[in-house]
Amino acid sequence: MKKLARLFILCTLAGILATTGCSSKGKIKDGEAGAAGTPPLSGESGIGGSGMPGAGGLDAGGRGGYAGGIPSERVIYFDFDRSEIRPTTQGILEQHAGYLSANRVPLRLEGHADERGSREYNLALGERRAEAVKQVLIIMGVPDSLITTLSYGEERPVDRGQNETAWQLNRRVELIYP
Amino acid sequence: MHLIHLILLLSFIPLAYAQSTPPEILPEAKGELTIEIVGGREEEGGQPIAIAPFGGMAHPPQDLAGIISNNLARTGRFSPTPSYLLPERPTQSSAVNFASWQSAGIPHLVVGQVEGSSAGGYQISFKLLDTYQGGQILGLSYQATLQTLRQVAHRISDEIYRALTGQRGAFSTQIVYVTIEKRGRDKIYVLNVADADGANPRTMLRSVEPILSPSWSPNGKRIAYVTYDVVIAPQGYRDKQMAIYTQDVQTGYRERVSIGRGLNAAPAWSPDGSRMALTLSKDGNAEVYIMNLSSRALTRLTYDPAIDTEPTWSPDGQSIAFTSDRSGTPQIYRVSVNGGTPQRITFKGNYNARARFSPDGQKLALLHNGEEGGYKIATYELNNNDMRVLSRSSFDDSPSFAPNGDMIIYGTGTELSAISSDGRMQQRLGVEMGEVREPSWSPFSE
Repeated sequence: MKKLARLFILCTLAGILATTGCSSKGKIKDGEAGAAGTPPLSGESGIGGSGMPGAGGLDAGGRGGYAGGIPSERVIYFDFDRSEIRPTTQGILEQHAGYLSANRVPLRLEGHADERGSREYNLALGERRAEAVKQVLIIMGVPDSLITTLSYGEERPVDRGQNETAWQLNRRVELIYP
Repeated sequence: MHLIHLILLLSFIPLAYAQSTPPEILPEAKGELTIEIVGGREEEGGQPIAIAPFGGMAHPPQDLAGIISNNLARTGRFSPTPSYLLPERPTQSSAVNFASWQSAGIPHLVVGQVEGSSAGGYQISFKLLDTYQGGQILGLSYQATLQTLRQVAHRISDEIYRALTGQRGAFSTQIVYVTIEKRGRDKIYVLNVADADGANPRTMLRSVEPILSPSWSPNGKRIAYVTYDVVIAPQGYRDKQMAIYTQDVQTGYRERVSIGRGLNAAPAWSPDGSRMALTLSKDGNAEVYIMNLSSRALTRLTYDPAIDTEPTWSPDGQSIAFTSDRSGTPQIYRVSVNGGTPQRITFKGNYNARARFSPDGQKLALLHNGEEGGYKIATYELNNNDMRVLSRSSFDDSPSFAPNGDMIIYGTGTELSAISSDGRMQQRLGVEMGEVREPSWSPFSE
């Protein structure tokens, strides 16, 4: 997963620089190529708001907007049995990366899965989701040492319903500032 | 008053919590937890047998004949005659009118006696009779206390089962399982051990943090499980980490065998008890490792960026089956304990996970999602690749074979279910309140 997340981010960065797609070679599997090959977010001024992302990571100190407090959106959602970061949620992670880099506070990423399937596999799935978020934050310039991951698998649903609406809410990573 | 109450409570709990007890653990036990058979689906096909009510005491403290009948019925291999349909109620073989049993079509009859008192102990004897031959197949006697009387009924069931099927009975074994109690907005996880018929439940551990994946040591004396510990992070704040513990069933002594960043999950003892397979993500990704339990040294078994977890040992200790989604969906793979390239062994279905070997090593019980829909318990024959869906519910979990391979117990979401391995007989086991899940059947006790 580390490789996948890295590849995804590299593709995204490459996309920002060159606005070309990222061909899915190597380790990308069926069904994941879509996420990895998705064009980068438009409208944003690049990761961290500086002109040249990727040159030396993130210079979040320059983003005064994050000095105010912890970003209010603290949940990242995922597709069924997947742990790729959706392009639409990348903006949330950019805010957190800015806040973390500016304030150097610890962050715990708690991964969760919906109830379908085996409990132990779901524990691993929650961990993989948390790890995917962690890798994105690291590439956005957050020091590795600030981030821990923990999976609760399917143990802590936010919605106990047995339908897709509930399951979608439960497939998530929560960003916890201890 | 409170103190007296506590002492009384503790005197009924054989478990000590002497080991450094984290604050999350609530060292109180509740006696009211019961598992009962709440329903079932019975199809004809079990061989008829009658267990006559035991004679001797007018009101014995345990209904031995009832316990034996229920035990035999649950396996699906016997159809015990209900007591109100018995042609007669003999308590010793000399009183049996064999002709009346022959005409009732009941080839085997058990008669027995229980005598004694709670102060002086009990003497129990039984005879298994062949009503067509008019002779005795088996006759044994036992000593018991009030506490062990029920165990004697299980021993007798084991003897009858072996005599009539040629296979070892699993009635004297135990199950471990997790119950969930709702307390306001909190969930309390409780680790329990009970007799295989759900009777005699004992609390092993209570925690507000999840308790997951209980499994037995091969000698049946200890249980491994996953829970979460509060740790102090280097920066000084309270953090949480997943941890694997083992706990002695008799003494309650707990020992932490693994803690670290990320996953510390899916513990599975090797058949010889010296090693434990487990899942760690310390290298950034869920991988299966084998831990030497005396040195705590780790050997990494899988190398793949996909999820690799849920290891289970083949009964000969030579290979490990595990779940991996390296092909895109979760499937079962098998690898030598000495390493090498894992071989994929399940191909049918979108989702095959949480496998357990049958005691003879011939098949797997696993969680399957295929054309039937839902997540159901299936058996998979390793020699002919036959996948057989056994359960009818849709959110099943955690299949576990009885140590004689005749039954599989599993979770159905909020209850437990036990099904004969041929799928013919099924019962539900529930708790009065809350959820019960993740059953694991103990090995035979020596």
